[in-house]
Amino acid sequence: MTDAPTNQRLETGAEDDTVWVQEVAFIDSVPRSIAMTFVFVVFIGTWDLVTRLGLVSPIILPTPWETFSDMIFVGNNLLSGGYMLVALWITVKEVIYGFALAIAIGFSLGVLVGETAFGEKAVMPYLVAIDTMPKVAFAPLFVAWLGFGIESKVALAAFIATFPIVVGTAAGLHSADENARMLFKTMGASRMQTLIKMKLPTGLPQIFTGLKIGAVGVMAGAITGEFLGGGKGFGELIRVAASQLNTPRVFSLILYLSLVGLVLYLIVQWTQRRVVFWQKESVGAHDH
Amino acid sequence: MNASLAHENSGASPDAPVYELTNVSKTYARNAVVALEDVNLTLRHGSFTSVIGSSGCGKSTLLKIMAGLIPPTKGRVILQDKPVTGPRRDIGMMFQQATLFPWKTAVENIVLPIEIRDGKAAAKLAREKAHDLLDIVGLKGFENVYPNELSGGMAQRASICRMLITEPAVLLLDEPFSALDELSRDMMNMELQRICREQDATAFLVTHSIQEAVILSDEIVVMKPRPGRIAEIVHVDLPRPRTLDMMTTPRFGEIVDHIRGMLDKGENM
Ligand SMILES: Nc1ncnc2c1ncn2[C@@H]1O[C@H](COP(=O)(O)OP(=O)(O)O)[C@@H](O)[C@H]1O
Ligand SMILES: [Mg+2]
Repeated sequence: MTDAPTNQRLETGAEDDTVWVQEVAFIDSVPRSIAMTFVFVVFIGTWDLVTRLGLVSPIILPTPWETFSDMIFVGNNLLSGGYMLVALWITVKEVIYGFALAIAIGFSLGVLVGETAFGEKAVMPYLVAIDTMPKVAFAPLFVAWLGFGIESKVALAAFIATFPIVVGTAAGLHSADENARMLFKTMGASRMQTLIKMKLPTGLPQIFTGLKIGAVGVMAGAITGEFLGGGKGFGELIRVAASQLNTPRVFSLILYLSLVGLVLYLIVQWTQRRVVFWQKESVGAHDH
Repeated sequence: MNASLAHENSGASPDAPVYELTNVSKTYARNAVVALEDVNLTLRHGSFTSVIGSSGCGKSTLLKIMAGLIPPTKGRVILQDKPVTGPRRDIGMMFQQATLFPWKTAVENIVLPIEIRDGKAAAKLAREKAHDLLDIVGLKGFENVYPNELSGGMAQRASICRMLITEPAVLLLDEPFSALDELSRDMMNMELQRICREQDATAFLVTHSIQEAVILSDEIVVMKPRPGRIAEIVHVDLPRPRTLDMMTTPRFGEIVDHIRGMLDKGENM
């Protein structure tokens, strides 16, 4: 704080201008819960208005209320263990297997690329080349190799999620600074000790960033796999509902599916908070 | 704790040479920079030596060679009668950054050198000693605090403890306090002097500050750049122990002026 206001007070003799009132714009002072509710209401209101005025055909865009009632129907089916729950479980399995596979492969390749000169020189260029390809284009290939079952979906999901994990791990290993490396050298640390006790912990924030991007990708991979390769998962339900022009159903299925993605993301984030406990929150830190 | 434990088997008498550098030269192959040329230097047991010189004149390079972190292109480095061919446990090092690891508490950071060299069990046994060291540097009560909660000065104190935990015979310090404000810096320097005396350690300090060099050192190595060479070794005859008020004495001023004169001549000295 500058002492300008104090000087001013001495000159004018006024006593009441020493208390600073920090001005916060109204839009920044709205509590989160109210702000979120507000956006939700505006969104639903606009949606309702658009359908009410008949601006869009009901086949393309159902009303919010049709969608809600369908969500209740789907929710009932899921809770009562109906065919939708069976389908959801298949998709969840694909996601879990795909993510586990992506973590195992992505982490190993990430260490190879981030820690060894061989990996950086000989493996990384190929990874970059494959990463620039549109990965969903490989879906038919996976179906041809692995069939219409869950395997081809797991493969596509893992394929998509692997790259961010490789990149996150490699970047994490590179993030250790010169001082830390030198310090470990002075302590006579072996390469393995340096990797495990210094480089990996230092890189955990980046590794988790990779995992979060991977968690989003693995969902996309599993559903794309189901769209393109059939099977009995949730994606198949969406595809069927869409082909029947049952748009409320498509909407509600997508919403439930996004719940699965959200849960996966939150699990990764929760794990990150526990494991990387020293990392300061940076995302969404806009509190006053 | 046993302050002189580090030297029980070194059999060093007070004036015995600890470090001996003969014709040490370093040319970085990457860019063909001649960082050091024919450096000859002897550090005596228990002495405090500072290196001063313009930025880029090879001070850090010299320190890294002495620490066994990089090999010299030419010449020999002998420490306690054995050639230095790699990092050694009788060498303690400290850098400008404290570099504490945020996932370890203060004590865990301090026993890290033991954990690396002797394993987890030994590190656990060394915890008690880490507590003693924290006490010595005035960080009692901060044993289980994570580095995020330490100020810059406190972090450097903790890193002093980490350097001392292996009871090194020599301390190599590369501008250890230059990131601190002047007040804490003076305090840390006095503390460093006390620790060196208590631990009976031989110290070698790289610094940018002439005052710091004069108040701490028995000898000051003045270097000149391109290629890095020793221009002069200045002997500081102020009595020990040094105190901060010695900075106002005429003798202190004379030595400072002499060194400043040397450095101002730059390449022509
Ligand atoms: N790893 C390195 N590779 C190539 N040149 C280096 C390297 N480290 C230092 N140098 C060069 O060697 C010279 C001395 O550097 P340094 O020892 O860091 O000087 P100081 O610590 O005195 O500032 C500088 O010219 C610097 O650019
Ligand atoms: Mg330097």
